Amino acid sequence: MNRIHSLFKNKQERVLSIYFTAGFPKLEDTLSIMEAIQAGGADIIEIGVPYSDPIADGPTIQDSNQIALENGMSLKKLFQQLEGFRSKIELPVVLMGYLNPIIQYGMEAFCKKCQEVGIDGLILPDLPMQQYLDEFKSVFEQYGLVNTFLISPQTSEKRILEIDQNTDGFIYMVSSHSITGAKSGISEEQISYFKRVQEMGLKNPRLIGFGISDAETFSTASKYSHGAIIGSAFIKTVKDSKNLNQDIQAYLQSVLN
Amino acid sequence: MIRVDEKGFYGKFGGAYIPEMLHPNIEELRDNYEAIVASEDFQKEFQMLLKDFVGRPTPLYFGSRLSEKYGAKIYLKREDLCHTGAHKVNNTIGQIILAKKLGKKRIIAETGAGQHGVATATVCALMGMDCTVYMGELDIQRQRPNVERMKILGAKVVPATSGSKTLKDATNEAMRQWINNPVDTHYIIGSVVGPHPYPEMVARFQSVISEEIKWQLKEKEGRENPDAVIACVGGGSNAAGAFYHYYNTPEVRLIAAEAAGLGVSSGKSAATTALGTPGILHGSKTLLMQTEDGQVVEPHSISAGLDYPGIGPVHAHLFDIGRGEFVAVEDEDAMKAGIELSRLEGIIPAIETAHALHALNMIEFRKDDVIVINLSGRGDKDLDTYIKWGNY
Ligand SMILES: Cc1ncc(COP(=O)(O)O)c(C=O)c1O
Repeated sequence: MNRIHSLFKNKQERVLSIYFTAGFPKLEDTLSIMEAIQAGGADIIEIGVPYSDPIADGPTIQDSNQIALENGMSLKKLFQQLEGFRSKIELPVVLMGYLNPIIQYGMEAFCKKCQEVGIDGLILPDLPMQQYLDEFKSVFEQYGLVNTFLISPQTSEKRILEIDQNTDGFIYMVSSHSITGAKSGISEEQISYFKRVQEMGLKNPRLIGFGISDAETFSTASKYSHGAIIGSAFIKTVKDSKNLNQDIQAYLQSVLN
Repeated sequence: MIRVDEKGFYGKFGGAYIPEMLHPNIEELRDNYEAIVASEDFQKEFQMLLKDFVGRPTPLYFGSRLSEKYGAKIYLKREDLCHTGAHKVNNTIGQIILAKKLGKKRIIAETGAGQHGVATATVCALMGMDCTVYMGELDIQRQRPNVERMKILGAKVVPATSGSKTLKDATNEAMRQWINNPVDTHYIIGSVVGPHPYPEMVARFQSVISEEIKWQLKEKEGRENPDAVIACVGGGSNAAGAFYHYYNTPEVRLIAAEAAGLGVSSGKSAATTALGTPGILHGSKTLLMQTEDGQVVEPHSISAGLDYPGIGPVHAHLFDIGRGEFVAVEDEDAMKAGIELSRLEGIIPAIETAHALHALNMIEFRKDDVIVINLSGRGDKDLDTYIKWGNY
């Protein structure tokens, strides 16, 4: 069974997913960051594949992408680093990246490689649902990869239902009208959107992301969903870290407690 | 037949590869723009403003000394005489009326040379709309006069500080800001790029250029169709406008001049068809300059308006099927062509436009061929660059 499915079978609340950019802060940090995220008690690891033009990302993740590329990160390099990671990591692992580098690698070759190294799912923010259905769904399925779609406060009820029909992993709820970036607090307006979607009775679990940064925002988001995704705030944690393992675990404890 | 299909593709290129957060905006545009643009109301206002505000029709001018030099009948389509100094305003007039009809309150735009930014700031002033323009930090330095023009017109100019700090990065920033303000804001894209329906919508607003060329040439030469149309290509909006009514007339050659920068293989170039491969940039599948790993390469051109690593999907298609002839013009040659036009015809062209002029040296044509060059803009904004280059 796909690890994402097993996870949500066993756990329906306070699921914590952590995003980091591969190749940041140092090119070879990928595996140590993954191990620290696992040791710190998170439930899903999201590895960001860096891209030169990340249009859905705010300054923190943009910078991490640029530095990762300068460090020499590429999809080929990432797959080399991920060779054999399953001997150490049990958590579900999802790759998140923009479409262009993946298309250059070749979608089928990419999906095949994902399966070989042990990736469970994909989040490709600039792959719209229709294009996915027309061009890529069968390849994803062939290699056992769960696809995750985003929804935002602007997404219509009709489209949310369509998205729910066309995925079987989890739905990524973008918390507000925004690109990624840690903000302070969650507003009433956001909560009413969380509630609105919660009451739709979707078949897929929902994780809330964008602007989740600490214990308080994590707990609030978890009240209205199955859990949350932290990206920018985590990138800030690793950015200036002198001791990745220690700082990551301390940060995760602060969020989970 | 060259035309966009219902999914927004020109052959293999186009589409709408956008984050879900932008889906409602793009859907709203896609579902409404054709009906709005076709409405009598829209057309009345659009035609009136093109005539009385922009100053259309722009002349089709026979350049006798240029013709003599090159041994062909060369006509210049004078988009440089449009209000604000370039063709860009044809599109911004169309989009601002559309934005108003969609009930939008705020406008955002990207700009490279600043011509599209000025054209956007101008129509926002005209309609009393709030306007923010994103512009690469490098372009802010090299197109100073246009930055000040935008500010005089009441627009806010925000520097894009990531990547190459040019047009590509300004476009990224504008898209991010649209994600952040999806409800009351319309994004006026300045070229035939971006997700469907932008490329076709912008091309339609610019198609007035070839519509006029047809009847003007009929008056002057007794024929609607020239032997060739030449235009420069950044994203490709002036070229799309000049080519539009000739796409499906194979006897008219369509010649597109790209920026070769310091040379196609110098590593400092923006010659997209020469160097590009299929990929996805700013929401559409097109040709773009990229590394083997799919990272977008930072382009270079002396002209800010051509300093872009991709081209509109329609141009990728014209290239792909061999309908368009693409030439790559180096910085130095473009500058010389700009001076040449100044001396021969008394017109100082924009440096973007100068690339199209140099194409006369790169293509074969018969004596007495009728050639129309789209004079996309005037050189006032480029005086600093001309002065720095100094060779005149
Ligand atoms: C005068 C002029 N010509 C051409 C261009 C290039 O744009 P496009 O290829 O969309 O016509 C610009 C862009 O700023 C411009 O200012």
